[in-house]
Amino acid sequence: MRIGVVTFPGSLDDRDAQRAVTLAGATPVALWHGDHDLQGVDAIILPGGFSYGDYLRAGAIASHSPIMAEVIDAAGKGVPVLGICNGFQTLAEARLVPGAHTRNANQQFIRRDQKLRVENASTDWTNAFEAGDEIVIPMKNADGRFVADAETLKRIEGEGQVVFRYLEVNPNGSLNDIAGVSNERGNVVGLMPHPEHAVEPGFGPDTDVAMRSGVDGLAFFASAISTLVG
Amino acid sequence: MPTIVVEVMPKAELLDPQGKAVAGALARLGKTEFSGVRIGKRFEVTVDRPVDDALLAEVRELAADIFSNSVIEDVVSLTVL
Repeated sequence: MRIGVVTFPGSLDDRDAQRAVTLAGATPVALWHGDHDLQGVDAIILPGGFSYGDYLRAGAIASHSPIMAEVIDAAGKGVPVLGICNGFQTLAEARLVPGAHTRNANQQFIRRDQKLRVENASTDWTNAFEAGDEIVIPMKNADGRFVADAETLKRIEGEGQVVFRYLEVNPNGSLNDIAGVSNERGNVVGLMPHPEHAVEPGFGPDTDVAMRSGVDGLAFFASAISTLVG
Repeated sequence: MPTIVVEVMPKAELLDPQGKAVAGALARLGKTEFSGVRIGKRFEVTVDRPVDDALLAEVRELAADIFSNSVIEDVVSLTVL
């Protein structure tokens, strides 16, 4: 099982995503934004960071990268694609998932361990969860406010395309507390918080059991592997 | 060298946190006659040849597809200097 992680100029969490893939039991493959080559991977991750310094709009320039032609093509064929943070912004700019992102409502960069509810546990990246599961993974962004027009919001709420919702605190003013969404088919998922930072005891969020022991992010990658195994 | 100017604004119905922050600063400075500020973007695109309809059409397409994101922004003007 080979899962590709695309590195754009300004990606920060590409190595973390690769490590998460390894810890979940698959083989990470480093992909390059300037190539037209997915190297035959079975799934694709667009990682967090600040591609092109967030110039123009977060994810906007990356969404026009050479490799995005292949990513869009693969997504259309049902290949699982996960966009984390800047990767989510890039998916939205590429119109692979609904909505868009603006500056956080309070204008600040926010970093916190964030509680989320899994609203849809049937996507390619969430099938190892149960619907309604509450998880904690880190979030860290400045442009994380999810917005969409009223009609789109109604549609994605009705179709189960809202995959994650912020619980307890809506950190950035996202509409309907939306933290992550999917495409209609459920193979493309994007979210602002970072599952790849909650995969290894000692490096994750604090839990009631022990400091930094949270590994709620592992199930994202396990889900994709289970999707691919069938 | 001709310059084509494209202006993009956040959609009216969306919160513009930047504009809100500036409006707040104005209020603190006692500039109470200004009730709101919204901040957009201006793109100046230069070309090395005369502007014709085909080029304008291409810039209009760029404005819609790259300079702006129609989910959150509107292209409000496109002019040739």
